Amino acid sequence: MTVELFIQYLVAGITYGSIYAIVAIGFNIIYNTTGIINFAQGEFVMLGGMLAITFLHFLPLPLAIAVAVLCTMAIGAAIEILFIRWLHNPGVLRLVIITVGISILIREAALHIWGDNVHSLPYFVGNEVSTIAVLGARVSPQVLWVIGACGLMVLFLNVFFQMTSVGREMRACAANRTAAVLCGIDTRNMVTLSFVLSAGIGAVAGAVMSPITYTQYDIGTGLAIKGFTVAILGGLGNSLGAVAAGLLLGVIEAFSVSVVPLAFQDAISIALLLVILFVRPHGLFGSSAAGLKEF
Amino acid sequence: MMGILRKTVSVAAAACLLLASSAWAETIKVGAVLAVTGPASFLGGPEANTLEMLVEEVNAKGGINGRKVELFLKDTAGSPEKAISMAKQLLEEQQVVAVLGPSTSGETMSLKKIFEDAKTPLISCAAAEAIVDPVASYVFKTPQNDSYAARKIFMEMNKLGISKIAVLVDNSGFGKAGREQILKIAPEYKIEVVEAEVYDAKATDLSAAVAKIKANPAIQGVINWSVVPAQSIVVKNIRQAGWKVPIFQSHGFGNIKYVDAAGAAAEGVIFPAGRLLMADQLPDGHPQKALLVKYVKDYESKYKETASTFGGHGYDAFMIFEKAVTVAGPDKDKVRAAIEGLKNLPGTGGVYNFSATDHNGLTLDAFEMMTVKDGKFVPYIGR
Repeated sequence: MTVELFIQYLVAGITYGSIYAIVAIGFNIIYNTTGIINFAQGEFVMLGGMLAITFLHFLPLPLAIAVAVLCTMAIGAAIEILFIRWLHNPGVLRLVIITVGISILIREAALHIWGDNVHSLPYFVGNEVSTIAVLGARVSPQVLWVIGACGLMVLFLNVFFQMTSVGREMRACAANRTAAVLCGIDTRNMVTLSFVLSAGIGAVAGAVMSPITYTQYDIGTGLAIKGFTVAILGGLGNSLGAVAAGLLLGVIEAFSVSVVPLAFQDAISIALLLVILFVRPHGLFGSSAAGLKEF
Repeated sequence: MMGILRKTVSVAAAACLLLASSAWAETIKVGAVLAVTGPASFLGGPEANTLEMLVEEVNAKGGINGRKVELFLKDTAGSPEKAISMAKQLLEEQQVVAVLGPSTSGETMSLKKIFEDAKTPLISCAAAEAIVDPVASYVFKTPQNDSYAARKIFMEMNKLGISKIAVLVDNSGFGKAGREQILKIAPEYKIEVVEAEVYDAKATDLSAAVAKIKANPAIQGVINWSVVPAQSIVVKNIRQAGWKVPIFQSHGFGNIKYVDAAGAAAEGVIFPAGRLLMADQLPDGHPQKALLVKYVKDYESKYKETASTFGGHGYDAFMIFEKAVTVAGPDKDKVRAAIEGLKNLPGTGGVYNFSATDHNGLTLDAFEMMTVKDGKFVPYIGR
């Protein structure tokens, strides 16, 4: 394998990987505050792309994306307030079924609003044939936007959780809900906030990836499966683990093309998920005590 | 949903009117099983629209031989199981003279035996050659054979001196059938397939696969055979990798939305297609010209969307039915025999010449090579 080809695979892998990582982090944020997996996470990504495409008819690109992200965040909050907040001590199974239901609801609504055609945002810089050289490999500039935006979001989330008091309160909720309540933290608001955050980062990812991958009403399901695999692989609740696992899965998928037929690409991630669930259910980077507490 | 609802209501209303106005003259019942919704809706949607438009038109002119046509349109959502149960319903309950559709090859294959047994003509809008080869006496199809498209591409490659190629297909039935034909026919044209990959119809990025193929310096051309949006991603990824290789696509590329999706990357893509896409540019004397121009105009003014070759397959199916019934009357067996006797019949897909052994009736000549220039389809005139 030549160096160029190696870099080409690597960049492709990092591109998919950073999108998987963002979806996985979305899972993690909600998992940390509620203990559930929000299966509508992939739909947030779809909504981010679709709304941005719609708003682009009236607004310039950066503003369209910003408004789309805000709308998706509002939808995230609405979902939590309408379907989850008023439940008293709901079981994990019930919550999971609720989120699966919500994901189907959003998907069908999207089908009726936007139809089943593919839509996409224009390339942020250049067009479909623009290409830039990265260490001898050639990639679309949009790839750098995706990687950059995902990297920035991870950085922002880290700062938010480590440095701000709201971030610390959310972490407190995750660590021990009862103790957090005793300290005067409103855990219900923290849960809403976690939905808002997950929806927001999902929507940003959905908008930046749209020129490359297109946005269609049903892209959420596939992304949720990949994101879930990555979240489990990295250890549920562990955001940095999710980044490492996301990049790992993306790179494995990209390089797998050189050995096995392309058709097996998706089988690899599913096989990986099964192996991890059997061998290390707490993930590569999670501690066995903390992993999968409720499942 | 609203669209379908509205359509259903309007069809029902039309049917009521029809019944009221011609209470004594019996109608000619024709069934249609099309993938109006679901993953193949890009086929079934335009086909259903076209049938409704044509039935309206024929009835406005007083029907066929003075008898109105009554259309029973069923939505299979692309599922063979639904197609079977709906076809049986049409055959047994409505006692239709013939059934038009289905939209996809998989559905058609599952209906082939049923229509043989029911001795009722089925005029499919799906392309697979297996539908008419071996010939089943009651089963016909309107779209051009996949192998014709492959041959057209290979002939063009021979002209350009391309002999080593990569083949990318999607994992739909269309992609798989295309791959089979390409691998089978390529040696006849002294073309060697050095790389072949199948991509997921839902793929979102194929830059790794493109990188792999690009790394093989022997490749002089790429065939990207697909009927799903992912085909535009392949084109983009090839150009984004800075690769200037000639790209050939199948007739499944003949929908302007795939060009829009690929944007600037679609420029110069070469593909075979029916003449519907170049109706305006045909010479005036061409046998298909008048009919194509009228169909495209009627369809676009009625439905406010671009006419596609897929809707054209529905047009041809209805036209063949109409001609056969005009000749033979609404009798299943006579209609079947009449279709086999249709000669020199211009349709949207080409000029049909049916016979007892040829239930498609088209030749290689039904395809023209086209390319994309400034985001539009134009005839390809070599480089």
